[in-house]
Amino acid sequence: MSILIHKDTTVIIQGITGREAVNMTREGLSYGTKIVGGVTPGRAGRDVYGVPVHDCVRDITKRMRVDGSIVTVPAAFTRDAVFEAIENGIKLVVVVTERIPRGEVAQMVELAKLRGARIIGPNCLGILSPDEAKMGGLGGRAEDAKKAFRKGPIGVMSRSGGMTTEICNTLTAAGLGQSTAVSIGGDAIIGSTYAELMPLFEADPETKAIAIYSEPGGRMEAELAEWVKENRSRLPIVAFMAGRFMDEMPGMRFGHAGTIVEGKADTTADKIERMRAAGIAVAERIEEIPALLEAQMRKRGIH
Amino acid sequence: MAGMFIDVKVDPKVAGDAALAKKLVEVCPVNIFAIDGTKLRIVEENLDECVLCDLCVQAAPPGTVQVIKLYES
Amino acid sequence: MRFYEYESKALFARHGLPLGKRALARTADDARRAAAEIGGPVVLKSQVLSGGRMKAGAVKFADDPAQAAAHFDAILPIVVNGQKSCGVLVEEKSPIAQEYYVGVTWDGRRKLPVVIFSDMGGIDIEEVAEKHPDHVSKTHVSTLLPFTPRVAKEAIAATGVTGNDLTRLTPIVAKLVEIFFQYDLTLAEINPLAKLADGRFIVLDGHVDLEGDAREKHKKLLDELGIKPEETRQARPPTDFEIRGAQVDASDHRGVAGNVVEFDGNLGLVIGAGGGSLTLFDAVRKHGGRPANYCEIGGNPSVKKACALTKLVLSKPGVEKIAVMMNVVSNTRVDIVARGVVKGCVESGRDPAKTIAIFRIPGSWEADGFKILEKYGVEFCDRSVSMYEAAGRAVAKMGK
Ligand code: SF4
Repeated sequence: MSILIHKDTTVIIQGITGREAVNMTREGLSYGTKIVGGVTPGRAGRDVYGVPVHDCVRDITKRMRVDGSIVTVPAAFTRDAVFEAIENGIKLVVVVTERIPRGEVAQMVELAKLRGARIIGPNCLGILSPDEAKMGGLGGRAEDAKKAFRKGPIGVMSRSGGMTTEICNTLTAAGLGQSTAVSIGGDAIIGSTYAELMPLFEADPETKAIAIYSEPGGRMEAELAEWVKENRSRLPIVAFMAGRFMDEMPGMRFGHAGTIVEGKADTTADKIERMRAAGIAVAERIEEIPALLEAQMRKRGIH
Repeated sequence: MAGMFIDVKVDPKVAGDAALAKKLVEVCPVNIFAIDGTKLRIVEENLDECVLCDLCVQAAPPGTVQVIKLYES
Repeated sequence: MRFYEYESKALFARHGLPLGKRALARTADDARRAAAEIGGPVVLKSQVLSGGRMKAGAVKFADDPAQAAAHFDAILPIVVNGQKSCGVLVEEKSPIAQEYYVGVTWDGRRKLPVVIFSDMGGIDIEEVAEKHPDHVSKTHVSTLLPFTPRVAKEAIAATGVTGNDLTRLTPIVAKLVEIFFQYDLTLAEINPLAKLADGRFIVLDGHVDLEGDAREKHKKLLDELGIKPEETRQARPPTDFEIRGAQVDASDHRGVAGNVVEFDGNLGLVIGAGGGSLTLFDAVRKHGGRPANYCEIGGNPSVKKACALTKLVLSKPGVEKIAVMMNVVSNTRVDIVARGVVKGCVESGRDPAKTIAIFRIPGSWEADGFKILEKYGVEFCDRSVSMYEAAGRAVAKMGK
């Protein structure tokens, strides 16, 4: 299996007539994703590579089951589009758009929680379950995606879209395929963090280990470390931490609220320490990830 | 003058075809074609931006528009 | 994007928060005049984009206009945590009975705004949070429900404040939350919020931070406060090189050549994208390389943009070679970047083969990209060479 998406997941694209969205449609279809419709207000009746375009999400959801939506509309319209998807019963919303003020992201996330929906992103490249389906631009063209991603036992989560592909490519080259790769987005507030996706991987029998890509900023690694300890996760995790040089950059603190809410700022060194303390192996280089994963799996008797 | 990496050649026979010129201006995503009066002009400073999409070649009668990769010769 | 204290207070004043008489002084004469107008003892506070002014000696009290002018001259030159002063705020000195703290910010884990309130405000608030957690309340605010003052009331009451103090504080805290929402702030803070001897409350010091992505949306406010679009308000003022980097990025909407940051090494970096740049910069340093700059290219930049960035990096004194590296790309095109950097070298009067230490961008359109590099004799590698290894090859070529 995989998490979040598989062969039979039905997907729509909001903003389907946009330049990037047209590419995403073509490549999604040719990767085998069931893209059943698209939405661009005022463009009903057209089609994009055979995918019918509608004015409203409702026009599709009233006729068929829609599992997920990819939202790729300009930042100023994103909140509206996400609300539309959620209020029409769609449970998985991948938000590709970047530069959305976090107040609006928080509103999307709060509504999703209320309705039992899940948001991936914003500012992400989406989800890819090798040989099953892909939602979003992750991996690029279908033929390129087939080169970099291969079906297998590793769940991948990354705050950087580009590094998701780099890591999967490295895993594939080492003979370690992926169950699902998720580009979770790089913003301060995102729909799904590492720790929030862990239960899904935990419940997926095909996933045997996890690789994550991590960056300076935020508390997501601390949250993951806590989750792993509290839940006695069966999955070994290997993390790669980029941007270590940032620890030496002349930072500036202003105001006290951040510290009071979240404690002292997490430097990359702090993050690494926290993760190691929770049993997460931290790779110095991307190319060490496969061997570290295999060693961890061996240690726990996972095959 | 060609670009450093790309050259686009239009058969002189069709360079005066106003309808075709208009079409080429429309299809090219990086503005390599322009119209001077009724005559088609190649915008030299944009040549290297060509994304090799082939839309111009498809829009013109076979063999009349050529996109040349100078790094292949 | 950070506001100076005087700008934060101007924003607060528009919304009716209680503030003392005050004026911004740019010269000693301004300070003297302001002190005379306010009358009585004043406090002079250097306007810097950093905390820690008190400890740096950039805050002083004056009893009369002459002393205010003298203090102005003393505190204006003081650099606080690397930040220069843009002026001095002269404000009436108020007799304080008690100091409170109120802040609104984002809780990244709960993904909601949180109101922090304490009846033990002042410069040691972080210590208070650690040692007296019962005196610091944290109250989350829904982003969907209309905001009503009960959240403010609960935040204040949670620290044991009651009576007139509670009813007087509630509208102040509520107003701060409204300002936070209205302007897409990431931080709105009053510290201290002072109770005066006569029972009134007044904002003594305050800070706001506006979300970078919301600058355009609140352009009108920024214009009115006199904050110019080119003011980056970063940890240090941008260098000339960085300003030109931002210009390269703005010159063409196609693709990104973002976050150009100057360092003082000899190896120029044309790297991307966001995560890839962080990874590659670390790798170069790990190999003992000395980067001349940091940058994040991505989003499929035009040839023109890649070329302009290359020229900018090569124009920096001391840059011997450049390394062109990215993670496996799917949107950005290898051939387009290859054209841009080769052209940038040639237009800078340099031989691409000698100037480009390594080109490591695998992915979409790599076959065409590699043909270009081959023709110009540039060393390149595909995805079988890791980012780390590529960085190592570039560093190995330096200083020979
Ligand atoms: S191939 Fe595409 S980009 Fe190049 S000239 Fe033709 S239309 Fe323009």
